[in-house]
Amino acid sequence: MEYLPNILFLIALIVGIGFFTRNVKKLSRNIKLGKDVDVSDNKSQRWQNMLRIALGQTKMVVRPVAGLMHIIVYVGFIIINIEVLEIILDGILGTHRLFSSLGGLYDFLIGSFEVLALLVIVAVVVFWIRRNIIRLKRFIKPEMNGWPKKDGNMILYIEFVLMLLFLTMNAADFQLQQLGAEHYTKAGAFPISQFIVPLLDGLPVSTLMVIERTAWWLHILGILAFLNYLYYSKHLHILLAFPNTYYGRVKPQGEFNNLESVTNEVKLMMDPSADPFAAPPEGASAVPEKFGASDVMDLSWVQLLNAYTCTECGRCTSECPANQTGKKLSPRKIMMDTRDRLEEVGKVMDANKGEFVPDGKQLLGDYISHEEIWACTTCNACVQACPVSIDPLSIIVEMRRYLVMEQSAAPTELNNMMSNIENNGAPWPYNQMDRLNWVNE
Amino acid sequence: MSEQLTVKTMQQFMAEGKQPEILFWVGSAGSYDDRAKKISRAFVKLLNKAKVDFAVLGPEESSTGDVAKRAGNEFLFQMQAMMNIEVLNGYEIKRIVTCDPHSFNTLKNEYPGLGGKYDVVHHTQFLKELLDSGRLTIEGNTYKGKRITFHDPCYLGRANSVFEAPREVLSKTNADLVEMKRHKSRALCCGAGGAQMFKEPEKGDMDINVLRTKDALETQPNIIATGCPYCNTMMTDGIKAHEKEDSVSVLDVAELLANSI
Repeated sequence: MEYLPNILFLIALIVGIGFFTRNVKKLSRNIKLGKDVDVSDNKSQRWQNMLRIALGQTKMVVRPVAGLMHIIVYVGFIIINIEVLEIILDGILGTHRLFSSLGGLYDFLIGSFEVLALLVIVAVVVFWIRRNIIRLKRFIKPEMNGWPKKDGNMILYIEFVLMLLFLTMNAADFQLQQLGAEHYTKAGAFPISQFIVPLLDGLPVSTLMVIERTAWWLHILGILAFLNYLYYSKHLHILLAFPNTYYGRVKPQGEFNNLESVTNEVKLMMDPSADPFAAPPEGASAVPEKFGASDVMDLSWVQLLNAYTCTECGRCTSECPANQTGKKLSPRKIMMDTRDRLEEVGKVMDANKGEFVPDGKQLLGDYISHEEIWACTTCNACVQACPVSIDPLSIIVEMRRYLVMEQSAAPTELNNMMSNIENNGAPWPYNQMDRLNWVNE
Repeated sequence: MSEQLTVKTMQQFMAEGKQPEILFWVGSAGSYDDRAKKISRAFVKLLNKAKVDFAVLGPEESSTGDVAKRAGNEFLFQMQAMMNIEVLNGYEIKRIVTCDPHSFNTLKNEYPGLGGKYDVVHHTQFLKELLDSGRLTIEGNTYKGKRITFHDPCYLGRANSVFEAPREVLSKTNADLVEMKRHKSRALCCGAGGAQMFKEPEKGDMDINVLRTKDALETQPNIIATGCPYCNTMMTDGIKAHEKEDSVSVLDVAELLANSI
């Protein structure tokens, strides 16, 4: 019986991490449904981007209030993890405050965790007010209705409760230390939780121990549950922001990729010595490659990683000129739709032994409308605004490519413009021989 | 404009067995659009003044294909690009200047992958070079005391991080430069990009150019400066929507400079 808590703890830990591993595998399988893309270039630039944008949060502070608050929660999250390490070791070994032998350093650490915990609570409350009382525009757009809104609040509640449990645990511990209870060696500094201690005044040691143990258990179980909540939540960004900023764009924003499949065909068309009836070269696939994207499998895996990384902050949408002028396009919705459809495809695969069976649906049309796709000015404001290097524009362009090259479904005016280019090398119906008339006008 | 401009084609350079210092890529707007043609003329006036030995392709130039690419027609884009690259490489072009940020972007970033590698500059960058090296000097104070606000074209600014060149050229005119609330990397689009220039906007509650000119008008400018023929059209229409066409004008950086020398 002596080891029962240790065993229970180990079971909780294994179950928690086991489920998380399973979800990570699913995540990775889904992302790999995307097309391969070469990301082996610009290694040092990529590391720099990750350090600067994800670790350094440089793009968060473009909006100072939200940026600063976010840094508090982020730093709190990372630093308080040192405490989680101690909790896990204590849980397995049956020790109490294993790191307390660090002495003065330990006091300093526990003290700073407490200060951070309080700051996180303040930040979380401010975030909640911004979402629910002030109702900032970007948090109440149509795509935020339902689960996304609940998800956003849920994360705040969980963080609030976790921090409160941490402080309660410390307060009870501190009181037990002062009462000289067995096991509770004097260690740590409690600059914040000391203010909770008066609430515990007069409680017997046994009750205090129950409070301390309950808070301890709920805190660590809460963290394990939160870890497993990530996969179902926009909160995945706390992990994926790092690979996403690494694999993000390293070329000028204005540079769109040149489709290689098109290059091959155009070269063939322009080569006077090419034999149009020649057999395809050895190894070439019989089915010509699809141009552009109508579903998630047509996108690259980086674009799918983008979708899972999106934390629905809406900075892209609030900077989007189309969205600001009341058009349906919202870059955030493009990312959310991509993730939702990818999840749906994943579920179809789960139900069919890992094979995707067409389900009569696709990203374009069933999730993203043509109207949204055509409202984009390709201005890159969304790309610039994203604090974690997501590129909604590239998905929009892939869908336009599908609409134009596979479906010939461009708006009429654009078809006119394109046939002008084909016929006389300009988007307007003017004669190419008149290109120099401006000199003498 | 009646002023005589000196413009030679690459074909003429070839015939003389010479290479120009730079090729001026006029672009479709600069060749055919009535408003943009004035920008082409103003820029050439400056090139003539600075005695720049430049060439144009004339009838051998064709759409870069940029707008087709943004509309999703990669086929048409690559056809155009490869035809243009054949012409440019045939003439052994090394350096290109253009007044159109869209041509600038695609020539600079998207042509290299298809075999067209050139040193491409935007005309505001080239004008800055000419001013810095003393080949162009500002005389007179046409714009002294005037308030000018510069609208960053998306494909020059955000897309290629060229923010300072147009501002430095403008500052040489002795005008008072004022910035809009959102500028440089956070500048709002004029609404023409991504092939929007050639279609009606989707349903909404406002046109993008009207919103952007509102940004500009908040700075109480005498002049809205641009560096893109499409932005120019959109901003010009925008001030008409705000009924400010009598008090505010929209001019390209090249035109402002041409009026200052």
